[in-house]
Amino acid sequence: MQVLLAPIDYAIMIAYVAFVVGIGLMLGRYMKSSSDFLTSARSIPTWVTGLAFISANLGALELVGMAASGAKYGIGTAHFYWVGAIPAMIFLAVFMMPFYYGSKARSVPEYLNMRFDQRVRGLNSVAFAVMTIFASGISMNALAKLLNQLLGWDYNVALWVCSGVVLVYVLKGGLTSAIYTEVLQFFMIVLGFAPVVYLGLKDVGGWHAMNSSLQQVAVNPAALALNDKPFAANAWTSAWQPLIGGPSSNPMGVDMFAMVFGLGFVLSFGYWCTNFLVVQRAMAAKNMAAARNTPLVASVPKMFFPFLVIVPGMIAVALTSIPSKNYRIPPPILSDAVYARAIDAVKNASPTDSAAAVKSVGDALGKKVYADKVTALVADNATSKLSDEEIHRRLYYSIAENDYDGVILSLVKKYCPPGLLGLALTALLASFMSGMAGNVTAFNTVWTYDIYQAYFAPNKSDAHYMWMGKVITVVGILLSILAAYFASMYNNAMDIIQLVFGFVNAPLFATFLLGMFWKRTTATGAFLGLFGGIGASALFHAITTVHTNVDAAGHVINGMKGGYLTVVSQFPSEMAQNFWLAAFAFTACFVLTLIISLATKRTKSDADLKGLVYSLTPKIKSDNLVWYQQPGVVGTILLICCIILNVIFW
Amino acid sequence: MGLDIRWPIGLMFTLIGALLAVYGLMTGSNAALYQSSLGININLIWGAVLLVFGVGMLFGAITGAKKPPGK
Repeated sequence: MQVLLAPIDYAIMIAYVAFVVGIGLMLGRYMKSSSDFLTSARSIPTWVTGLAFISANLGALELVGMAASGAKYGIGTAHFYWVGAIPAMIFLAVFMMPFYYGSKARSVPEYLNMRFDQRVRGLNSVAFAVMTIFASGISMNALAKLLNQLLGWDYNVALWVCSGVVLVYVLKGGLTSAIYTEVLQFFMIVLGFAPVVYLGLKDVGGWHAMNSSLQQVAVNPAALALNDKPFAANAWTSAWQPLIGGPSSNPMGVDMFAMVFGLGFVLSFGYWCTNFLVVQRAMAAKNMAAARNTPLVASVPKMFFPFLVIVPGMIAVALTSIPSKNYRIPPPILSDAVYARAIDAVKNASPTDSAAAVKSVGDALGKKVYADKVTALVADNATSKLSDEEIHRRLYYSIAENDYDGVILSLVKKYCPPGLLGLALTALLASFMSGMAGNVTAFNTVWTYDIYQAYFAPNKSDAHYMWMGKVITVVGILLSILAAYFASMYNNAMDIIQLVFGFVNAPLFATFLLGMFWKRTTATGAFLGLFGGIGASALFHAITTVHTNVDAAGHVINGMKGGYLTVVSQFPSEMAQNFWLAAFAFTACFVLTLIISLATKRTKSDADLKGLVYSLTPKIKSDNLVWYQQPGVVGTILLICCIILNVIFW
Repeated sequence: MGLDIRWPIGLMFTLIGALLAVYGLMTGSNAALYQSSLGININLIWGAVLLVFGVGMLFGAITGAKKPPGK
């Protein structure tokens, strides 16, 4: 897996790092108050906050994951953009931003405090703070691992050096630094990956040739170990049609309701409209119009990202299906020792007993193998001795398992000569580091304003909070490094943590929706409803599972995949389980909040809630803006564009 | 904020674009090097694209600085 970098590649990498550190140092001079440092003093132009908004979400894990899903599920993955993002971003801009920005809240939890009370804020801010640390740790662990595997750097050195770079520019320039480097990263990713996508598409013979390859793959995906059952020819190339036939007719295993309500409404609005990591970028805008336009600016590139991040996965599948291209979706990474054992197994296998040969080679590799390829390999080696390298090469193509997360890197390696390689790797490096910076800047704001100032040290001077903001930035980076080590050592513990955060986040949007649009929602209702929603999602997970997670006797194999209490319902895929869980948690939280609110007394008067609730807030007059600056108009146009994209890839 | 972000973006892409383009010019005759990019001297082409982008950003920063703050 290792690649050798030429001096030109290092030069590009160093240039990038020098620029981000330089930006931090330049901005350091302007950091006079805690609000400069933690909230950018609401001074940044729209196009910058817009690109940062989208970039904060476009971490490296997203890049890697979307290419992986593109290979596994095809163009249907674009639902995460066209259904699971654009509508929510437009909703945030048109309906929710006026409350966030207009209330002068410095963070999402602070808005919750204004609208409800300290309890709701406490619950949200603590959960958010812990989550950002783990998210930044996961990102840094992935980066250090990548540098270790790819360039042979020491894991510890890579982790500490990269974290150190992030620390320098965040500590100096605060949120502004993070936002500026996110914009830089945005252009790095677009300009770094576009040529790879172009070369890949050219190599498979263009868009139509890629689609016709994918149509052949779809009817027999088992041949590439993509899926064990056949689908209609358009399963990888149409976004909506495969959903109509139900979960069994698309590789995602998802039905229409789960996609539209679970992903398109609950998960997507829950993330884009309430996650402080992205909302913080819009809050840093210089005025209300700029804040509302931030998600709208962001939604333009977001709409077209599938072509940059999902299409590589589809290219990888098409390439794999054409033998002359000498490419396959990478198999799980195996050590040389494992290959050496498998090479011996090939040499010792008897060409007459192919079943035994396949078994012994498969056992030596510890993976499933394609029987026909192993049989042919053993037979060829018996006729005329093959070199070890040749056997190694053919074994690589015989492994019937895919490491989808390796897709994007394998394409970068395949198509990039020295020079372009440096650019693409720097783009990847940039997105990992800005993933950490984004999380740390959201963490330090929530800690300083919503936990420290709210609970430990109210009424201190601004200089004191500025000092605390800087201290907690260092602490946040150190905690992220700890989380990275934790992630590298306890993979399972990490899965549990992410699972738990899934439970915490799933119902959140119901609280915001009721809080913002129904003045009768009470603090107690919101607080208990949120708890109830979290409990409901945990319960849902405890009694449902994925059908592959149940053995022949009806016992659950892995409790992490749900069903550890009992199995009431089985889903065709984890994605379907997730979407339904979200829908269930949202509904539970919504109903509970509603009922408890009606049963409890309001503690805040209409006057208290002015600027916080839709019906009590004067409509913003945007007549003075030209039409293309009015969020309602722009939002509608963008929504129409998004629908057109859905229709084209119907 | 006091620093117009178009300066660092412009400077960085001008520098990286120039690096790539010059490297592409120097290695243009090396066919083996560009086998992976399907025989296209992608460094030269893409370096030029980055260079144009970087210079465009710098141009924006220079003309933007002359106008009063705001749009």
